[in-house]
Amino acid sequence: MSSALNTYTSVGLSVSQLVIKYGDVTAVNHVSFTAQPGRVTVILGPNGAGKTSTIEACEGFLSPTAGSVQVLGLHPLLQRKQLNRQMGIMLQEGGIYPSARVGELVKQYCALYGNGVDADTLVTRVGLQAVATTTYRRLSGGEKQRLSLALALAALPKIIFLDEPTSGIDVNGRDLVRSIIRELRDGGCCVIVATHELDEAERIADDVLIFHRGNIVASGTLDELRSGREEIRFRSTSRVDLQSLSTTLGFTVEQTRQHEFTVAGTSDARVIVQLTDWAKANNVDIGDIGAGSQRLDDVFRRLTAESAS
Amino acid sequence: MKLLRVQLACELRVLARNGEQLLLILGIPMLLLSFFSNVDILPTADQSNVDFLLPGIIALAVMSTAMVSLGIATGFERSYLVLKRLGATPLGVPRLVLAKALSVLVVEIVQVILLVALAYAFGANLGALNLAKLVLAIALGTLAFSGIGLSLAGRLRGEVNLAAQNALYLVMLLVGGIVFPLQDLPSWLQWVGRITPSGALADVMRDVFSATSTYGASPLVILLGWAIVAQLSAFKLFRWN
Repeated sequence: MSSALNTYTSVGLSVSQLVIKYGDVTAVNHVSFTAQPGRVTVILGPNGAGKTSTIEACEGFLSPTAGSVQVLGLHPLLQRKQLNRQMGIMLQEGGIYPSARVGELVKQYCALYGNGVDADTLVTRVGLQAVATTTYRRLSGGEKQRLSLALALAALPKIIFLDEPTSGIDVNGRDLVRSIIRELRDGGCCVIVATHELDEAERIADDVLIFHRGNIVASGTLDELRSGREEIRFRSTSRVDLQSLSTTLGFTVEQTRQHEFTVAGTSDARVIVQLTDWAKANNVDIGDIGAGSQRLDDVFRRLTAESAS
Repeated sequence: MKLLRVQLACELRVLARNGEQLLLILGIPMLLLSFFSNVDILPTADQSNVDFLLPGIIALAVMSTAMVSLGIATGFERSYLVLKRLGATPLGVPRLVLAKALSVLVVEIVQVILLVALAYAFGANLGALNLAKLVLAIALGTLAFSGIGLSLAGRLRGEVNLAAQNALYLVMLLVGGIVFPLQDLPSWLQWVGRITPSGALADVMRDVFSATSTYGASPLVILLGWAIVAQLSAFKLFRWN
Protein backbone atom coordinates (compact mmCIF):
# COMPACT_ATOMS: atom_id res chain seq x y z
CA MET A 1 0.00 0.00 0.00
CA SER A 2 2.76 2.46 0.87
CA SER A 3 4.30 2.21 -2.58
CA ALA A 4 1.20 3.78 -4.03
CA LEU A 5 1.28 6.65 -1.54
CA ASN A 6 4.01 8.55 -3.23
CA THR A 7 2.63 11.47 -5.22
CA TYR A 8 1.61 14.39 -3.07
CA THR A 9 1.09 18.09 -3.47
CA SER A 10 3.11 20.48 -1.30
CA VAL A 11 -0.10 21.95 0.14
CA GLY A 12 -1.75 20.21 3.05
CA LEU A 13 -4.36 22.02 5.05
CA SER A 14 -4.73 25.74 5.56
CA VAL A 15 -7.32 27.21 7.93
CA SER A 16 -7.63 30.95 8.23
CA GLN A 17 -9.71 32.92 10.73
CA LEU A 18 -12.28 30.10 10.90
CA VAL A 19 -15.47 30.89 12.79
CA ILE A 20 -18.27 28.35 13.31
CA LYS A 21 -21.42 29.31 15.14
CA TYR A 22 -24.47 27.25 16.06
CA GLY A 23 -27.11 29.86 16.72
CA ASP A 24 -25.70 32.06 19.47
CA VAL A 25 -23.02 29.55 20.44
CA THR A 26 -19.56 30.05 18.97
CA ALA A 27 -17.95 26.64 18.60
CA VAL A 28 -14.84 27.84 16.77
CA ASN A 29 -13.57 31.36 17.22
CA HIS A 30 -11.17 32.83 14.63
CA VAL A 31 -8.92 29.80 14.41
CA SER A 32 -5.96 29.76 12.02
CA PHE A 33 -3.40 27.01 11.43
CA THR A 34 -1.70 24.97 8.73
CA ALA A 35 -0.85 21.28 8.46
CA GLN A 36 1.87 19.91 6.22
CA PRO A 37 2.04 16.78 4.07
CA GLY A 38 4.28 14.08 5.53
CA ARG A 39 3.48 15.10 9.11
CA VAL A 40 0.95 14.02 11.72
CA THR A 41 -0.92 17.00 13.11
CA VAL A 42 -2.87 16.21 16.25
CA ILE A 43 -5.77 18.41 17.30
CA LEU A 44 -6.13 18.02 21.04
CA GLY A 45 -8.88 19.29 23.24
CA PRO A 46 -11.58 18.32 25.70
CA ASN A 47 -15.12 17.58 24.51
CA GLY A 48 -16.75 20.73 23.15
CA ALA A 49 -13.41 22.42 22.41
CA GLY A 50 -14.24 22.85 18.72
CA LYS A 51 -12.11 20.00 17.30
CA THR A 52 -14.86 18.12 15.49
CA SER A 53 -16.47 21.32 14.17
CA THR A 54 -13.13 22.40 12.75
CA ILE A 55 -12.52 19.02 11.15
CA GLU A 56 -16.04 18.90 9.72
CA ALA A 57 -15.51 22.31 8.11
CA CYS A 58 -12.30 20.95 6.55
CA GLU A 59 -14.11 17.82 5.32
CA GLY A 60 -16.84 19.93 3.71
CA PHE A 61 -19.63 18.82 6.05
CA LEU A 62 -20.02 22.26 7.62
CA SER A 63 -20.19 25.66 6.05
CA PRO A 64 -18.08 28.09 8.10
CA THR A 65 -19.77 31.16 9.53
CA ALA A 66 -16.64 33.12 8.59
CA GLY A 67 -13.07 32.50 7.51
CA SER A 68 -11.66 30.15 4.93
CA VAL A 69 -10.41 26.58 4.61
CA GLN A 70 -8.21 25.12 1.87
CA VAL A 71 -7.61 21.37 1.73
CA LEU A 72 -4.93 20.27 -0.75
CA GLY A 73 -5.40 23.73 -2.24
CA LEU A 74 -9.12 23.06 -2.81
CA HIS A 75 -12.25 24.62 -1.34
CA PRO A 76 -14.00 21.84 0.63
CA LEU A 77 -17.50 22.89 -0.45
CA LEU A 78 -17.03 24.38 -3.91
CA GLN A 79 -14.49 21.80 -5.09
CA ARG A 80 -15.86 18.88 -3.16
CA LYS A 81 -15.85 16.52 -6.12
CA GLN A 82 -12.10 16.84 -6.74
CA LEU A 83 -11.38 16.76 -3.02
CA ASN A 84 -13.44 13.65 -2.27
CA ARG A 85 -11.30 11.60 -4.67
CA GLN A 86 -8.16 12.17 -2.59
CA MET A 87 -9.41 12.71 0.96
CA GLY A 88 -9.86 9.95 3.51
CA ILE A 89 -12.13 10.48 6.48
CA MET A 90 -12.84 8.48 9.59
CA LEU A 91 -15.90 9.64 11.49
CA GLN A 92 -15.89 9.56 15.27
CA GLU A 93 -18.61 6.89 15.09
CA GLY A 94 -21.09 5.31 12.70
CA GLY A 95 -21.23 5.96 8.97
CA ILE A 96 -21.80 2.32 8.06
CA TYR A 97 -24.88 0.18 7.25
CA PRO A 98 -25.33 -2.14 10.27
CA SER A 99 -26.22 -5.05 7.98
CA ALA A 100 -23.21 -4.60 5.66
CA ARG A 101 -20.43 -7.19 5.77
CA VAL A 102 -16.84 -6.08 6.31
CA GLY A 103 -15.42 -7.45 3.05
CA GLU A 104 -18.16 -6.21 0.77
CA LEU A 105 -18.16 -2.78 2.41
CA VAL A 106 -14.42 -2.33 1.88
CA LYS A 107 -14.88 -3.55 -1.70
CA GLN A 108 -17.70 -1.02 -2.21
CA TYR A 109 -15.58 1.88 -0.95
CA CYS A 110 -12.51 0.81 -2.97
CA ALA A 111 -14.75 0.78 -6.06
CA LEU A 112 -16.31 4.16 -5.20
CA TYR A 113 -12.89 5.82 -4.82
CA GLY A 114 -11.50 3.98 -7.84
CA ASN A 115 -7.89 4.61 -6.83
CA GLY A 116 -6.70 1.06 -7.35
CA VAL A 117 -6.64 -0.07 -3.72
CA ASP A 118 -7.16 -3.82 -3.43
CA ALA A 119 -9.99 -4.55 -1.01
CA ASP A 120 -8.69 -7.90 0.24
CA THR A 121 -5.24 -6.44 0.93
CA LEU A 122 -6.81 -3.55 2.81
CA VAL A 123 -8.97 -5.86 4.95
CA THR A 124 -5.83 -7.79 5.88
CA ARG A 125 -3.87 -4.57 6.51
CA VAL A 126 -6.35 -3.47 9.19
CA GLY A 127 -6.44 -6.96 10.69
CA LEU A 128 -10.06 -7.76 9.86
CA GLN A 129 -9.57 -10.79 7.60
CA ALA A 130 -11.04 -13.10 10.28
CA VAL A 131 -14.28 -11.09 10.32
CA ALA A 132 -14.47 -10.30 6.59
CA THR A 133 -17.90 -11.92 6.28
CA THR A 134 -19.24 -10.54 9.57
CA THR A 135 -21.82 -7.77 9.56
CA TYR A 136 -20.93 -4.38 11.03
CA ARG A 137 -23.44 -4.71 13.85
CA ARG A 138 -21.66 -7.84 15.15
CA LEU A 139 -18.19 -6.27 15.30
CA SER A 140 -16.53 -5.22 18.54
CA GLY A 141 -15.88 -1.52 19.17
CA GLY A 142 -12.25 -1.86 18.12
CA GLU A 143 -13.12 -3.76 14.94
CA LYS A 144 -15.64 -1.07 14.01
CA GLN A 145 -12.92 1.57 14.40
CA ARG A 146 -10.51 -0.42 12.24
CA LEU A 147 -13.19 -0.88 9.57
CA SER A 148 -13.84 2.84 9.58
CA LEU A 149 -10.09 3.39 9.15
CA ALA A 150 -10.06 0.93 6.23
CA LEU A 151 -12.79 2.93 4.47
CA ALA A 152 -10.67 6.06 4.87
CA LEU A 153 -7.65 4.22 3.45
CA ALA A 154 -9.70 3.06 0.46
CA ALA A 155 -9.31 6.61 -0.87
CA LEU A 156 -5.52 6.19 -1.11
CA PRO A 157 -5.61 9.57 0.59
CA LYS A 158 -3.34 12.55 0.12
CA ILE A 159 -4.95 13.97 3.24
CA ILE A 160 -6.71 11.96 5.92
CA PHE A 161 -8.88 13.15 8.83
CA LEU A 162 -9.08 10.71 11.72
CA ASP A 163 -11.52 11.56 14.49
CA GLU A 164 -10.62 9.67 17.70
CA PRO A 165 -9.02 6.80 15.71
CA THR A 166 -7.96 4.70 18.72
CA SER A 167 -11.04 5.19 20.83
CA GLY A 168 -12.26 1.82 22.16
CA ILE A 169 -9.40 -0.13 20.58
CA ASP A 170 -7.31 -2.65 22.53
CA VAL A 171 -3.52 -2.44 22.87
CA ASN A 172 -2.71 -4.49 19.75
CA GLY A 173 -5.26 -2.61 17.74
CA ARG A 174 -3.75 0.70 18.85
CA ASP A 175 -0.31 -0.45 17.73
CA LEU A 176 -1.77 -1.33 14.34
CA VAL A 177 -3.50 2.04 13.96
CA ARG A 178 -0.31 3.86 14.97
CA SER A 179 1.73 1.89 12.45
CA ILE A 180 -0.75 2.76 9.70
CA ILE A 181 -0.62 6.43 10.68
CA ARG A 182 3.19 6.36 10.51
CA GLU A 183 3.05 4.60 7.15
CA LEU A 184 0.72 7.28 5.78
CA ARG A 185 2.96 10.03 7.12
CA ASP A 186 6.12 8.43 5.73
CA GLY A 187 4.39 8.11 2.37
CA GLY A 188 3.81 11.88 2.35
CA CYS A 189 0.15 11.99 3.40
CA CYS A 190 -1.07 14.94 5.45
CA VAL A 191 -2.49 13.22 8.56
CA ILE A 192 -4.88 15.13 10.81
CA VAL A 193 -5.93 13.40 14.02
CA ALA A 194 -8.48 14.76 16.46
CA THR A 195 -8.34 13.22 19.89
CA HIS A 196 -8.75 13.92 23.56
CA GLU A 197 -6.36 11.09 24.46
CA LEU A 198 -3.13 12.79 25.46
CA ASP A 199 -1.06 9.61 25.62
CA GLU A 200 -2.05 8.82 22.08
CA ALA A 201 -1.15 12.30 20.89
CA GLU A 202 2.24 12.00 22.56
CA ARG A 203 2.93 8.77 20.64
CA ILE A 204 1.94 9.85 17.14
CA ALA A 205 2.11 13.64 16.87
CA ASP A 206 4.65 15.64 14.92
CA ASP A 207 2.69 18.83 15.45
CA VAL A 208 0.09 19.57 18.10
CA LEU A 209 -2.75 22.08 18.24
CA ILE A 210 -4.45 22.45 21.59
CA PHE A 211 -8.04 23.61 21.35
CA HIS A 212 -9.96 25.01 24.26
CA ARG A 213 -13.39 26.66 24.11
CA GLY A 214 -13.17 27.24 20.37
CA ASN A 215 -9.69 28.74 20.40
CA ILE A 216 -6.21 27.39 19.79
CA VAL A 217 -4.40 27.93 23.08
CA ALA A 218 -1.09 26.44 21.93
CA SER A 219 0.49 25.03 18.79
CA GLY A 220 3.86 23.65 17.80
CA THR A 221 5.89 20.48 17.85
CA LEU A 222 5.78 18.31 20.95
CA ASP A 223 9.25 19.49 21.97
CA GLU A 224 8.28 23.12 21.52
CA LEU A 225 5.21 22.70 23.72
CA ARG A 226 7.17 20.96 26.44
CA SER A 227 10.34 23.04 26.33
CA GLY A 228 11.21 25.23 29.32
CA ARG A 229 8.92 23.19 31.51
CA GLU A 230 11.23 20.85 33.41
CA GLU A 231 9.86 18.83 36.30
CA ILE A 232 10.57 16.00 38.70
CA ARG A 233 7.81 13.42 39.07
CA PHE A 234 7.35 10.90 41.85
CA ARG A 235 4.75 8.63 43.38
CA SER A 236 3.83 8.26 47.02
CA THR A 237 1.06 6.50 48.88
CA SER A 238 1.97 8.35 52.09
CA ARG A 239 0.57 11.71 53.13
CA VAL A 240 2.91 14.35 51.66
CA ASP A 241 3.13 17.75 53.33
CA LEU A 242 3.33 19.81 50.12
CA GLN A 243 4.14 23.08 51.89
CA SER A 244 7.02 21.59 53.87
CA LEU A 245 8.45 19.83 50.84
CA SER A 246 8.13 22.95 48.65
CA THR A 247 9.97 25.02 51.26
CA THR A 248 12.73 22.41 51.57
CA LEU A 249 13.29 22.08 47.81
CA GLY A 250 12.74 25.73 46.89
CA PHE A 251 10.32 24.67 44.11
CA THR A 252 6.55 24.29 44.07
CA VAL A 253 5.37 20.72 44.66
CA GLU A 254 1.91 19.78 43.38
CA GLN A 255 -0.21 16.67 43.50
CA THR A 256 -1.24 15.95 39.87
CA ARG A 257 -3.24 12.77 40.39
CA GLN A 258 -3.91 10.29 43.18
CA HIS A 259 -0.46 9.29 44.57
CA GLU A 260 1.34 11.31 41.85
CA PHE A 261 3.32 14.49 42.53
CA THR A 262 5.49 16.89 40.54
CA VAL A 263 8.19 19.33 41.49
CA ALA A 264 7.68 22.09 38.91
CA GLY A 265 10.48 24.03 37.25
CA THR A 266 13.51 21.75 37.67
CA SER A 267 14.95 18.37 36.73
CA ASP A 268 18.21 18.94 38.62
CA ALA A 269 19.75 15.79 40.18
CA ARG A 270 20.62 17.74 43.34
CA VAL A 271 16.95 18.45 43.94
CA ILE A 272 16.21 14.75 43.56
CA VAL A 273 18.75 14.04 46.30
CA GLN A 274 17.09 16.69 48.48
CA LEU A 275 13.73 15.06 47.79
CA THR A 276 14.85 11.58 48.84
CA ASP A 277 16.56 13.02 51.97
CA TRP A 278 13.36 14.82 52.92
CA ALA A 279 11.31 11.66 52.38
CA LYS A 280 13.65 9.62 54.58
CA ALA A 281 13.66 12.27 57.32
CA ASN A 282 9.86 12.54 57.30
CA ASN A 283 9.21 8.80 56.98
CA VAL A 284 7.46 9.23 53.62
CA ASP A 285 7.62 6.40 51.07
CA ILE A 286 8.35 7.64 47.58
CA GLY A 287 9.08 5.81 44.31
CA ASP A 288 9.01 5.98 40.50
CA ILE A 289 11.09 9.13 40.54
CA GLY A 290 11.56 10.62 37.06
CA ALA A 291 12.79 13.92 35.72
CA GLY A 292 12.60 15.72 32.39
CA SER A 293 10.30 17.81 30.24
CA GLN A 294 6.72 18.18 31.28
CA ARG A 295 4.42 15.49 29.93
CA LEU A 296 1.84 16.51 27.35
CA ASP A 297 -1.02 16.00 29.75
CA ASP A 298 0.57 18.43 32.21
CA VAL A 299 1.15 20.92 29.40
CA PHE A 300 -2.46 20.47 28.35
CA ARG A 301 -3.77 20.87 31.91
CA ARG A 302 -1.72 24.01 32.43
CA LEU A 303 -2.72 25.60 29.12
CA THR A 304 -6.42 24.88 29.42
CA ALA A 305 -6.39 26.12 33.04
CA GLU A 306 -4.66 29.34 31.95
CA SER A 307 -7.14 29.76 29.12
CA ALA A 308 -10.10 29.21 31.48
CA SER A 309 -8.84 31.83 33.92
CA MET B 1 -21.80 4.56 -14.53
CA LYS B 2 -19.56 2.24 -12.53
CA LEU B 3 -20.16 4.18 -9.30
CA LEU B 4 -23.91 4.09 -9.90
CA ARG B 5 -23.76 0.34 -10.44
CA VAL B 6 -21.71 -0.16 -7.26
CA GLN B 7 -24.14 1.88 -5.16
CA LEU B 8 -27.24 0.28 -6.72
CA ALA B 9 -25.84 -3.16 -5.91
CA CYS B 10 -25.25 -2.00 -2.32
CA GLU B 11 -28.80 -0.62 -2.00
CA LEU B 12 -30.31 -3.88 -3.26
CA ARG B 13 -28.02 -5.99 -1.08
CA VAL B 14 -28.97 -4.06 2.05
CA LEU B 15 -32.67 -4.35 1.14
CA ALA B 16 -32.42 -8.08 0.47
CA ARG B 17 -30.93 -8.62 3.95
CA ASN B 18 -33.73 -6.75 5.68
CA GLY B 19 -36.43 -9.26 6.54
CA GLU B 20 -38.90 -6.64 7.77
CA GLN B 21 -38.62 -4.67 4.55
CA LEU B 22 -39.12 -7.81 2.46
CA LEU B 23 -42.22 -8.65 4.48
CA LEU B 24 -43.52 -5.15 3.88
CA ILE B 25 -42.85 -4.88 0.17
CA LEU B 26 -43.55 -8.46 -0.91
CA GLY B 27 -45.04 -10.47 1.96
CA ILE B 28 -47.98 -8.25 2.93
CA PRO B 29 -49.20 -7.38 -0.61
CA MET B 30 -49.01 -11.02 -1.72
CA LEU B 31 -50.66 -12.25 1.47
CA LEU B 32 -53.53 -9.76 1.16
CA LEU B 33 -54.03 -10.62 -2.51
CA SER B 34 -53.98 -14.37 -1.82
CA PHE B 35 -56.26 -14.21 1.23
CA PHE B 36 -58.97 -11.84 -0.02
CA SER B 37 -58.98 -13.36 -3.51
CA ASN B 38 -59.87 -16.73 -2.07
CA VAL B 39 -62.08 -15.78 0.88
CA ASP B 40 -65.35 -14.28 -0.26
CA ILE B 41 -65.90 -11.56 2.33
CA LEU B 42 -65.40 -8.39 0.27
CA PRO B 43 -68.40 -6.44 -1.08
CA THR B 44 -67.05 -6.30 -4.64
CA ALA B 45 -70.42 -6.05 -6.43
CA ASP B 46 -70.25 -7.62 -9.91
CA GLN B 47 -66.43 -7.97 -9.98
CA SER B 48 -64.51 -11.05 -8.91
CA ASN B 49 -62.48 -10.59 -5.73
CA VAL B 50 -59.15 -10.82 -7.49
CA ASP B 51 -60.16 -8.36 -10.25
CA PHE B 52 -61.21 -5.86 -7.59
CA LEU B 53 -58.12 -6.41 -5.44
CA LEU B 54 -55.26 -6.44 -7.95
CA PRO B 55 -55.22 -2.67 -8.77
CA GLY B 56 -55.41 -1.68 -5.10
CA ILE B 57 -52.74 -4.18 -4.08
CA ILE B 58 -50.38 -2.84 -6.78
CA ALA B 59 -51.04 0.65 -5.38
CA LEU B 60 -50.25 -0.73 -1.90
CA ALA B 61 -47.03 -2.30 -3.20
CA VAL B 62 -45.92 1.02 -4.71
CA MET B 63 -46.69 2.78 -1.43
CA SER B 64 -44.81 0.11 0.57
CA THR B 65 -41.69 0.41 -1.55
CA ALA B 66 -41.54 4.08 -2.46
CA MET B 67 -42.73 5.52 0.84
CA VAL B 68 -42.31 3.13 3.76
CA SER B 69 -39.33 1.03 2.69
CA LEU B 70 -37.38 3.90 1.15
CA GLY B 71 -38.35 6.29 3.95
CA ILE B 72 -37.44 3.96 6.82
CA ALA B 73 -34.16 2.82 5.24
CA THR B 74 -33.12 6.38 4.39
CA GLY B 75 -34.12 7.62 7.86
CA PHE B 76 -31.90 5.03 9.53
CA GLU B 77 -29.07 5.66 7.08
CA ARG B 78 -29.30 9.31 8.05
CA SER B 79 -29.29 8.44 11.77
CA TYR B 80 -26.36 6.02 11.34
CA LEU B 81 -24.45 8.72 9.39
CA VAL B 82 -24.24 6.42 6.35
CA LEU B 83 -25.38 9.26 4.09
CA LYS B 84 -22.83 11.60 5.64
CA ARG B 85 -20.00 9.11 5.09
CA LEU B 86 -21.07 8.44 1.50
CA GLY B 87 -21.16 12.20 0.98
CA ALA B 88 -17.38 12.23 1.40
CA THR B 89 -16.79 9.72 -1.42
CA PRO B 90 -16.73 10.48 -5.15
CA LEU B 91 -20.27 9.03 -5.42
CA GLY B 92 -21.98 12.43 -5.15
CA VAL B 93 -25.57 13.26 -4.28
CA PRO B 94 -27.10 12.88 -7.79
CA ARG B 95 -25.75 9.33 -8.18
CA LEU B 96 -26.82 8.38 -4.64
CA VAL B 97 -30.37 9.63 -5.30
CA LEU B 98 -30.42 7.90 -8.68
CA ALA B 99 -29.20 4.63 -7.13
CA LYS B 100 -32.01 4.81 -4.57
CA ALA B 101 -34.57 5.61 -7.30
CA LEU B 102 -33.37 2.69 -9.43
CA SER B 103 -33.48 0.32 -6.47
CA VAL B 104 -37.13 1.35 -5.90
CA LEU B 105 -37.82 0.80 -9.60
CA VAL B 106 -36.22 -2.66 -9.60
CA VAL B 107 -38.28 -3.68 -6.56
CA GLU B 108 -41.49 -2.31 -8.11
CA ILE B 109 -40.92 -4.26 -11.33
CA VAL B 110 -40.44 -7.45 -9.28
CA GLN B 111 -43.54 -6.63 -7.22
CA VAL B 112 -45.76 -6.01 -10.26
CA ILE B 113 -44.57 -9.17 -12.04
CA LEU B 114 -45.18 -11.31 -8.94
CA LEU B 115 -48.55 -9.75 -8.10
CA VAL B 116 -49.88 -9.94 -11.67
CA ALA B 117 -48.67 -13.55 -11.96
CA LEU B 118 -50.31 -14.43 -8.65
CA ALA B 119 -53.55 -12.68 -9.64
CA TYR B 120 -53.52 -14.48 -12.99
CA ALA B 121 -53.14 -17.77 -11.13
CA PHE B 122 -56.24 -16.83 -9.09
CA GLY B 123 -58.18 -16.21 -12.31
CA ALA B 124 -57.81 -12.46 -12.81
CA ASN B 125 -58.95 -11.02 -16.13
CA LEU B 126 -56.00 -9.09 -17.53
CA GLY B 127 -57.39 -8.56 -21.03
CA ALA B 128 -57.99 -4.82 -20.61
CA LEU B 129 -54.60 -4.04 -19.03
CA ASN B 130 -53.26 -0.69 -20.32
CA LEU B 131 -49.49 -1.04 -19.97
CA ALA B 132 -48.63 2.58 -20.78
CA LYS B 133 -51.08 3.84 -18.18
CA LEU B 134 -49.72 1.30 -15.67
CA VAL B 135 -46.21 2.69 -16.15
CA LEU B 136 -47.50 6.28 -15.82
CA ALA B 137 -49.46 5.41 -12.66
CA ILE B 138 -46.47 3.68 -11.06
CA ALA B 139 -44.19 6.60 -11.99
CA LEU B 140 -46.53 9.24 -10.49
CA GLY B 141 -47.26 7.07 -7.46
CA THR B 142 -43.55 6.54 -6.89
CA LEU B 143 -42.86 10.27 -7.10
CA ALA B 144 -45.69 11.06 -4.69
CA PHE B 145 -44.89 8.38 -2.12
CA SER B 146 -41.11 8.77 -2.24
CA GLY B 147 -41.58 12.51 -1.70
CA ILE B 148 -43.68 11.86 1.39
CA GLY B 149 -41.32 9.17 2.68
CA LEU B 150 -38.20 11.29 2.22
CA SER B 151 -39.85 14.36 3.77
CA LEU B 152 -40.40 12.38 6.98
CA ALA B 153 -37.02 10.60 6.78
CA GLY B 154 -35.19 13.86 6.24
CA ARG B 155 -36.39 15.45 9.45
CA LEU B 156 -37.37 12.83 12.02
CA ARG B 157 -35.11 10.68 14.18
CA GLY B 158 -34.76 7.06 13.01
CA GLU B 159 -37.21 5.49 15.47
CA VAL B 160 -39.77 8.31 15.23
CA ASN B 161 -39.57 8.14 11.45
CA LEU B 162 -40.16 4.37 11.58
CA ALA B 163 -43.30 4.82 13.66
CA ALA B 164 -44.56 7.72 11.50
CA GLN B 165 -44.06 5.84 8.22
CA ASN B 166 -45.87 2.75 9.53
CA ALA B 167 -48.74 4.80 10.95
CA LEU B 168 -49.17 6.67 7.66
CA TYR B 169 -49.04 3.37 5.76
CA LEU B 170 -51.84 1.96 7.89
CA VAL B 171 -54.02 5.08 7.52
CA MET B 172 -53.54 5.18 3.74
CA LEU B 173 -54.23 1.45 3.51
CA LEU B 174 -57.51 1.88 5.38
CA VAL B 175 -58.86 5.04 3.74
CA GLY B 176 -57.44 4.52 0.23
CA GLY B 177 -59.97 1.92 -0.93
CA ILE B 178 -57.23 -0.64 -1.37
CA VAL B 179 -58.77 -3.79 0.11
CA PHE B 180 -62.42 -2.72 0.13
CA PRO B 181 -64.42 -0.37 -2.09
CA LEU B 182 -64.42 3.32 -1.12
CA GLN B 183 -68.17 3.57 -1.84
CA ASP B 184 -68.81 1.40 1.21
CA LEU B 185 -67.31 4.06 3.49
CA PRO B 186 -69.24 7.09 4.90
CA SER B 187 -69.45 9.82 2.26
CA TRP B 188 -67.08 12.23 4.04
CA LEU B 189 -64.50 9.44 4.36
CA GLN B 190 -64.94 8.57 0.69
CA TRP B 191 -64.04 12.19 -0.15
CA VAL B 192 -60.99 12.03 2.14
CA GLY B 193 -59.99 8.68 0.66
CA ARG B 194 -60.17 9.91 -2.91
CA ILE B 195 -57.82 12.81 -2.29
CA THR B 196 -55.17 10.73 -0.49
CA PRO B 197 -52.33 9.57 -2.73
CA SER B 198 -53.19 5.92 -2.00
CA GLY B 199 -56.85 6.48 -2.92
CA ALA B 200 -55.94 8.38 -6.09
CA LEU B 201 -53.39 5.73 -7.13
CA ALA B 202 -55.86 2.90 -6.44
CA ASP B 203 -58.49 4.66 -8.59
CA VAL B 204 -56.00 5.18 -11.43
CA MET B 205 -54.93 1.54 -11.15
CA ARG B 206 -58.55 0.38 -11.42
CA ASP B 207 -58.83 2.28 -14.72
CA VAL B 208 -55.54 0.68 -15.83
CA PHE B 209 -57.12 -2.77 -15.56
CA SER B 210 -60.54 -1.77 -16.90
CA ALA B 211 -61.76 -1.44 -20.49
CA THR B 212 -63.76 1.66 -19.59
CA SER B 213 -62.71 4.61 -17.43
CA THR B 214 -64.81 4.79 -14.27
CA TYR B 215 -63.00 7.63 -12.56
CA GLY B 216 -62.04 9.97 -15.44
CA ALA B 217 -58.99 12.21 -15.23
CA SER B 218 -59.49 13.45 -11.67
CA PRO B 219 -57.51 10.74 -9.78
CA LEU B 220 -54.63 11.19 -12.23
CA VAL B 221 -54.68 14.96 -11.61
CA ILE B 222 -54.79 14.41 -7.83
CA LEU B 223 -51.88 12.00 -8.08
CA LEU B 224 -49.90 14.43 -10.23
CA GLY B 225 -50.57 17.14 -7.64
CA TRP B 226 -49.29 14.87 -4.85
CA ALA B 227 -46.21 14.00 -6.92
CA ILE B 228 -45.29 17.67 -7.36
CA VAL B 229 -46.08 18.77 -3.79
CA ALA B 230 -44.36 15.77 -2.18
CA GLN B 231 -41.19 16.14 -4.24
CA LEU B 232 -41.01 19.86 -3.47
CA SER B 233 -41.56 19.08 0.19
CA ALA B 234 -38.75 16.48 0.18
CA PHE B 235 -36.44 18.93 -1.57
CA LYS B 236 -37.16 21.53 1.10
CA LEU B 237 -37.23 19.33 4.19
CA PHE B 238 -34.63 16.66 3.54
CA ARG B 239 -31.38 16.88 5.51
CA TRP B 240 -28.47 14.53 4.78
CA ASN B 241 -27.23 14.49 8.39
